[in-house]
Amino acid sequence: MNEKEYNEYVEKRAKKSPVLKNCIFAFLIGGGICTLGQAFFHLYTFLGLEETDSRTVVAITLIFIAALLTGFGIFDNIAKIAGAGTLVPITGFANAITSQAIDTKSEGFILGVGAKIFTIAGPVILYGTFTGVIYGIIYYFCNLIWG
Amino acid sequence: MDIFLDYLWAFLIGGSLCVIAQILIDKTKLTPARILVVYVCTGVVLTAIGVYEPLVNFAGSGATVPLTGFGYAIAKGVQKAVDEKGLLGALTGGLEATAGGISASICFGLIMSLIFSSKPKR
Repeated sequence: MNEKEYNEYVEKRAKKSPVLKNCIFAFLIGGGICTLGQAFFHLYTFLGLEETDSRTVVAITLIFIAALLTGFGIFDNIAKIAGAGTLVPITGFANAITSQAIDTKSEGFILGVGAKIFTIAGPVILYGTFTGVIYGIIYYFCNLIWG
Repeated sequence: MDIFLDYLWAFLIGGSLCVIAQILIDKTKLTPARILVVYVCTGVVLTAIGVYEPLVNFAGSGATVPLTGFGYAIAKGVQKAVDEKGLLGALTGGLEATAGGISASICFGLIMSLIFSSKPKR
């Protein structure tokens, strides 16, 4: 077996099955979190919240659960198995913020927690907002032209 | 039965959005932080061209809970604010619509950092 064959062999053994396995766990856990969100959504609309507000409260509920689980150190254990399954739902955003806050506590509350809480949240908020502003300007002028 | 279908679609669509991200992580050099940014911006763009809203009506939380839904909220907020206030709305709508989620995240984050200390990583 020459080097190239060996590398192909290693790649075949080492990579293929984890990708499939990762995808299955991401699908099940990510889908599960969304289903849980749907259950909260039904609950909140049942309690009389309008649809938009209900979606916001669903997000806040999941953010709270993720922040709490991060605090107890449970979230990381789930995320290790779930991968993108916990990253992509709003729980991943909350986890990124909370774990940064907890990990940087020793650097102080202003330049530690205060600044680094935005390490991952900052880019998300910045580029999301920026894309939204661009869209708003285009939307405004489209409305002007086509009424 | 309708409610059961709501849950089923939320599960399938939400799960699929996670699988796409998992494949991107495993097969490309995109880091998780980049995935989050890409997802939010994609959510804004897909809402802008009118593709994401039908998905939300169809899959509910399956479409709004993933970070693309964060982008959806930004785009919807911008639309509403521009309709009400004109061009100023382009600057106010996005953060207004996501204020609840952002405030909750950073406030809970701060509270957790007061209660818990980091554990040594194994």
